[in-house]
Amino acid sequence: MIRVRRSAVIDAPIDRVWAVLRDFNSHSAWHPAVGDSRIERGEPADQVGCVRNFFLKDGNHIREQLLALSDRDYISTYSILDATLPMRNYVATVQLKRITDGDRTFWHWESTFDVPKGREREFEQLVGGGVYEGGFAGLRSYLNGGRSSAAVNAVESQGVVATGFGGPEVLQFRRVESERTRSGEVRLRQTAVGVNYIDIYIRKGLYKMIEPPAPLGMEAAGVVVESNAPGFRPGDRVAYACTPPGAYVTMRTLPAGQLVLLPEYINDETAAAVMLKGMTAEYLLHRTHRVRPGDVVLVHAAAGGVGLLLCQWAKALGARVIGTVSSEAKAELARANGCDHAIISRDYKFASQLETLTAGRGADVIYDGLGREAAKENLEALALRGHWVSYGQASGAHDAFPDLTHKSGTLSRPVLFHYTAEHLQEMAGNVFSALREKTIHVEVRHRYPLAAAADAHRDLEARRTSGQIVLLP
Amino acid sequence: MRDFNGLPKWTPFVAESRIENGMPADRIGCVRNFRLKDGGVIREQLLTLSDYDYQCSYSILESPMGVENYVATLKLTPVTDGNKTFAEWWAEFDCAPEKERQLAQGIGQGVFQAAFDSLKNHLRK
Repeated sequence: MIRVRRSAVIDAPIDRVWAVLRDFNSHSAWHPAVGDSRIERGEPADQVGCVRNFFLKDGNHIREQLLALSDRDYISTYSILDATLPMRNYVATVQLKRITDGDRTFWHWESTFDVPKGREREFEQLVGGGVYEGGFAGLRSYLNGGRSSAAVNAVESQGVVATGFGGPEVLQFRRVESERTRSGEVRLRQTAVGVNYIDIYIRKGLYKMIEPPAPLGMEAAGVVVESNAPGFRPGDRVAYACTPPGAYVTMRTLPAGQLVLLPEYINDETAAAVMLKGMTAEYLLHRTHRVRPGDVVLVHAAAGGVGLLLCQWAKALGARVIGTVSSEAKAELARANGCDHAIISRDYKFASQLETLTAGRGADVIYDGLGREAAKENLEALALRGHWVSYGQASGAHDAFPDLTHKSGTLSRPVLFHYTAEHLQEMAGNVFSALREKTIHVEVRHRYPLAAAADAHRDLEARRTSGQIVLLP
Repeated sequence: MRDFNGLPKWTPFVAESRIENGMPADRIGCVRNFRLKDGGVIREQLLTLSDYDYQCSYSILESPMGVENYVATLKLTPVTDGNKTFAEWWAEFDCAPEKERQLAQGIGQGVFQAAFDSLKNHLRK
């Protein structure tokens, strides 16, 4: 049996080093000897038992299985399942330790294995020198933002691609290209991807935002693996919500301007679930219209993703929140989230009830994601000098907007990305603060492997889900 | 570092040290009795010593520090990249709750880190 041990000091804090090494599939980004690598069966790269299937640059092919992973002790242990090299019984352990003197990292890498008689020295050198020492150098260069030779190649990514417009069956999990970073860009290994109803509209072709075949998805969280932009370093945790779609992938390259750094108190799943809806609620309540204490705020689809956040946040701002919902169960949910009064209506009729509830005053602001079918009632429900904010059109696009003169009404047709274009960092910061202070909360209730995105769509369309859905690459 | 009686040679705060009962300094169970430069006397007992793992551990029998059940371990690991040494030194002990922070800081920085700094200088000579 051969025992190989190598160790090194990395001049970076342990959390930065560990963020890279704990990812069982990251080696193709930082190890100079590793070529294409993927995790089999679409499993998460930190799931014990997952298998990485990769090629070395010299053409050898290896499958390795993750046996143990400890975020507490910074240990990762793995074994070789099959290799085109004559190595048997190979078990290796990577362990990091914090060097308190200077906030650096001690990295110990060791393995035991068997090789054919007479080839011990050759393999001791190959593993200890080529793999372990080569890895130390590669990771150092990678953490310095320099490119290891591996990073020059396009990195393999997998994603869920809409192969055409239509039902969930058009979604296919396949290999996709992840571009090298150009100046000002950052590449992420994604850890959680948010699923939104807009993804279904896009898949059906109602919103012409992609040209198939193309991946769907508006938002995700992940870890920076390559940065060509100031302010972002490998190992940084980030999230985004942006156009064009393309978040249903394992690796993504984006302009740094689309990314926000995640504070420690926001986990990846929450970030992936909240970016789009949270920033939507943020600008609707603070930017399109500035909600003040005492305002009567009408929130349609009050039990929906954005609706719940609007109710929670408007209530915290001191507004009187009135919501519309389609069932008693949803009314209960809305009320539990800050809605003072939930009007149950299945046919877009709510104006007369609102009039009664507000003694004829109407709503100072209406957050309307309903669209055409509710237009007439919204006009009736609007208070004098009220603000009608039409940010979505679930029942169909407006034909033409009615005359607002007799109410001195204001109409807005805002789009999230026109706000994030200028205020992204501030908006995301406000969402994170509101989460930390529990002004708002989101609940990730459904998790699917990325490869099962079609199932997530089926369940969302069949209304079998409640709360947020994330896909796990 | 394997010399249990060697503290005066490489730490900045030990004035003198002896092994009680004339035992060898690498005999498990031996007790080092040393006086700090500030005058305090500490008695510590060697619990384990491994030339294979480059590790030793010891407990405090008597000290002016106000600690109980104090067991410390000193461990060296080779850093093959550059032929250097990774040294770790850690301790677990009980004490009055209000003294926890001060003792952890005092032992971690004032003793262990200060000794490391001093050892680095010692080896450079």
